[in-house]
Amino acid sequence: MTTGLDDLYQEVILDHNRHPRNFRALEGAASGEAFNRMCGDRVTAYVRVDAGVIADVGFQGSGCAISRASASLMTEAVRAKTVADAAALIERLHQALLSPPGSTVDQLGTLAPLAGVRQFPIRIKCALLAWDALRAALAGQLTSR
Amino acid sequence: MPMANIQGSLPAPRYTCGTVAPRTPLDAAAVRRDFPILRRDVRGRPLVYLDNAATTQKPQRVIDRLVRYYSDENANVHRGVHLLSAEATDACDAARERVRQFLNAADAREIVWVRGTTEAINLVAETWGRARVGAGDEIVVSEMEHHSNILPWQALCEEKGARLRVVPVTDTGELRLDACTELLGSRTRLVAVPHVSNALGTINPVEELVRLAHERSIPVLLDGAQAVAHMPVDLQAIGCDFYAFSAHKVFGPTGIGVLYARASLLDEMRPYQRGGGTIRSVSFEETLYADAPGRFEAGTPHIAGIVGLAAAIEYLTDLGIAQVAAYEQELLAAATAALSEVPGLRLIGTAPHKAGILSFAIDDIHPHDVGTILDRSGVAIRAGHHCCQPLMARFGVPATARASLACYNTREDVQALAAALRTVRTVFA
Repeated sequence: MTTGLDDLYQEVILDHNRHPRNFRALEGAASGEAFNRMCGDRVTAYVRVDAGVIADVGFQGSGCAISRASASLMTEAVRAKTVADAAALIERLHQALLSPPGSTVDQLGTLAPLAGVRQFPIRIKCALLAWDALRAALAGQLTSR
Repeated sequence: MPMANIQGSLPAPRYTCGTVAPRTPLDAAAVRRDFPILRRDVRGRPLVYLDNAATTQKPQRVIDRLVRYYSDENANVHRGVHLLSAEATDACDAARERVRQFLNAADAREIVWVRGTTEAINLVAETWGRARVGAGDEIVVSEMEHHSNILPWQALCEEKGARLRVVPVTDTGELRLDACTELLGSRTRLVAVPHVSNALGTINPVEELVRLAHERSIPVLLDGAQAVAHMPVDLQAIGCDFYAFSAHKVFGPTGIGVLYARASLLDEMRPYQRGGGTIRSVSFEETLYADAPGRFEAGTPHIAGIVGLAAAIEYLTDLGIAQVAAYEQELLAAATAALSEVPGLRLIGTAPHKAGILSFAIDDIHPHDVGTILDRSGVAIRAGHHCCQPLMARFGVPATARASLACYNTREDVQALAAALRTVRTVFA
């Protein structure tokens, strides 16, 4: 494979792209949308919050392998987290993906495969698209608390 | 290369204007040497530049012209009595005449400097359009439009209570002329379509379209952005009323372009922007505006861009635009054949008369992933909606990958593209 592509298209990414988890709309749940102006890709994130905890989460939209896999990984990562913890994770991921390639990425856990995009600056936005949608979905939840 | 092949690959006469059989075939290897950027590496591999519909590279002659202008000639136009200003003015006038010849317009006064195709269309919508389009009127565009030839008309229609009508395209990406004919009516004020589709490559039958429209006294605007670098354009033969192109897509600098408008239309159009260069006389009570084209060229023009564009046109003319067209047709045929052999690849835009643009999808792999993987092989293509979201919707895709050719591309470039596309499939296997 060509240089760097292994880091971007890791097996985990390819698997979540092929079989996205929680790829569904949640009726009546809070939702948020993010849009990639560059390519027209669009992701909608859905969250159902119960007593400050994310009880259910899903996403819809069309996008590249990176944005789809990232959205899928996101739904698994934030389920059962408090809204505050999920918000903190969103910020942590943003910071990590915007850090220089090669620098250590702490505490990303299952999201670590996403750090491969750091070598592909143009694709960082793809990886963050679903997270921006989640942030928008949670914004209502945070202010209503 | 066999002459029969070249002849056979030329588009049918009704789609071209002023084409003559090429005398000698284009020497692409020699052309490549004129473009310094083609010597650079990308990620340790030779650059394979196939994003020419986005912008073309610049030959040394154009680069040298820009440097020479700023090193030896820089001065403002019009307002100076000194030698340098006179020379700069002469250079801009000569460039205007050069563009006139290039397009075979009737009069150099019909050539207006703008920033590019987008500004040219906005200029027409803001001036001619606002004066001529009223409530209940209609403007006809097509499904294959670049956003730049939708938004100005859409905004004008909203402002005036007019209606935007859309000519559909066929599954192969051709304009439905039958549907177009039906759309043209007593309320149609303008037909605005591309000469060549930026997303599909389709060469539209512009002379036929102009004939259909003119039979009903409807003016026609052509977006020529994707045409001028790739085929001879003869505006008097086409007969259109407005034509627009950008210098940077024809080997010239960014930030400069051309609006051609028929003199009788320019004469009735109000200024677009107002300022220096547009006037005959000014008092606080009243301003008399200059004749075209000055009336539409407010402020100091992009002088370096103008002389750079002239150099680009001279370069292309020296290569021979007919030779370039014939060579690109041959290369397009080779590229179409090569891509057709890539498993899972589907071409979007398969009209019989095409310029060197290949839009495609591979399996259900997103074009962005295709673009990234190709980039790692040094192959530069574009992935996205190409500013044609309605057209993407028409073909049921969010985006496409697009390889677009220019006269310096070779069969080796095409082979590198095909090879890199096979890598895409292995990544997603």
